[in-house]
Amino acid sequence: MGTDMKRRVFLKGSLAACALGSAAAESISILASNNPVKNMSNEPSPAQKTASSGEVSMNKVMFAALLGVLVAVPVVHAAPANNAKATAYEAMPTAKPKATTPEDDLKLYRSYFIKKFPGLPLDEYANGVYAIDKDARDNWAAMEEFPPYEPFVEEGKALWDKPFNNGRGYKYCFPDGPAQNKNFPYFDKGRKTVLTLELAVNECLQANGEEPLKYGKGKMASVLAYMAFESRGQRTNVQVTPESMEAYNKGKQFYFARRGQLSYSCAHCHFQSVGQRLRSDLLSPALGHTTGWPVYRAKWGELGTLHRRFEGCNEQVRAAPFKPQGEEYRNLEFFLAHMSNGIPFNGPSFRK
Amino acid sequence: MMTKTRFARWGISPAAALLALSVPVGALAPDRALAAEETSPTTGKEIAFDRNLGNCLACHAIEGGDSPGDVGPALAAMQLRFPDKAKLRAQIADPRKGNPDSRMPPFGAHKILSEQEIDLVLDFLYTL
Repeated sequence: MGTDMKRRVFLKGSLAACALGSAAAESISILASNNPVKNMSNEPSPAQKTASSGEVSMNKVMFAALLGVLVAVPVVHAAPANNAKATAYEAMPTAKPKATTPEDDLKLYRSYFIKKFPGLPLDEYANGVYAIDKDARDNWAAMEEFPPYEPFVEEGKALWDKPFNNGRGYKYCFPDGPAQNKNFPYFDKGRKTVLTLELAVNECLQANGEEPLKYGKGKMASVLAYMAFESRGQRTNVQVTPESMEAYNKGKQFYFARRGQLSYSCAHCHFQSVGQRLRSDLLSPALGHTTGWPVYRAKWGELGTLHRRFEGCNEQVRAAPFKPQGEEYRNLEFFLAHMSNGIPFNGPSFRK
Repeated sequence: MMTKTRFARWGISPAAALLALSVPVGALAPDRALAAEETSPTTGKEIAFDRNLGNCLACHAIEGGDSPGDVGPALAAMQLRFPDKAKLRAQIADPRKGNPDSRMPPFGAHKILSEQEIDLVLDFLYTL
């Protein structure tokens, strides 16, 4: 099946990038040492400092500016009635809304990470936290050498090759074959909604009289793992058209909105605090968050999809999660994937 | 010190417990009541260190705490930094009031800790 060869090619790339990863780690510590947040002397809190001394860290200025421009959508997050629970603790983005184009957003968003991790090549962001965590990277690279997701790729291939009851197969729906990641997600003009690869897989099954697969894990994750494996090296290429601006803006708003009892937005951790530690875990960059799925997570002991991870993130901030493949997460994926345009797909991947 | 999480001691999975915690204020009350029946952490230090309560170590270095995060400043010399105890309390209760972009959870406003627990944490912080 050529599995071994592809893996070796992939690993060669990732090992070569190790050196760059370590350069980035150094730059993190340099940044950290300049960061007033880490200063242990008897200073006022960062909030007071911002207000009083006027001496604000570069990161803070940058983030405030970005938030101001990126949060282009009016602030109130109107959750659907069936998810009223999630709204209980939701606050709103604080910056004044300002209309921007997706291209401008992308430039701003990138510039933040480029400043934060100078010298880190764009492709490296496909490796998530391991792009910036030198210590964890060695273990991760070792795991990727005999990856625990391999049996799932095999299972996905078997599912792909197995004919449906009507004699057709996935190939009937995806005539170009399983390497489809570069085509998703996209905005379907006719249906006015974001189509993800998961939706396309299930629609293929249903159109051929088969039972749809459950989202999040299991067989769906295995099929995606095989398709992702075959798509390795393709690059994210999400087009935001005028028709899809509403979906894009909803995704963007979701990303920057506080939610849950802990009142965190996605951006608070993976943008504003990227490279800092929660207990001993380094917070991964938002850039590249959509490229390595599905993921075999040691914590799960199995494969999971991007939307399964979204659910986990929402639960961690003590917000009621949305449904995998529901409109909220598909819009979020659309926004996030657009921000990762140009970054290669390297799923499936291993994460702690 | 607690060796297990309180979720584990109730015999429910952390995921289910988090789900329960994610429901609105009114529905949180039974959780809190149940928690009170357990031998809950009673000192400010225990509340501050407990992952399911203050979990201050997630972001702040505190003397005596293992593997702290570094998102927030180290909690040291707190009396010097916050001579006005009420200001420190306000910062814990709802940090968004002082800084709209704050990454610190609103422990009081969102009832992550009870008023009494916040007072205990406050006293503990003043010993640092």
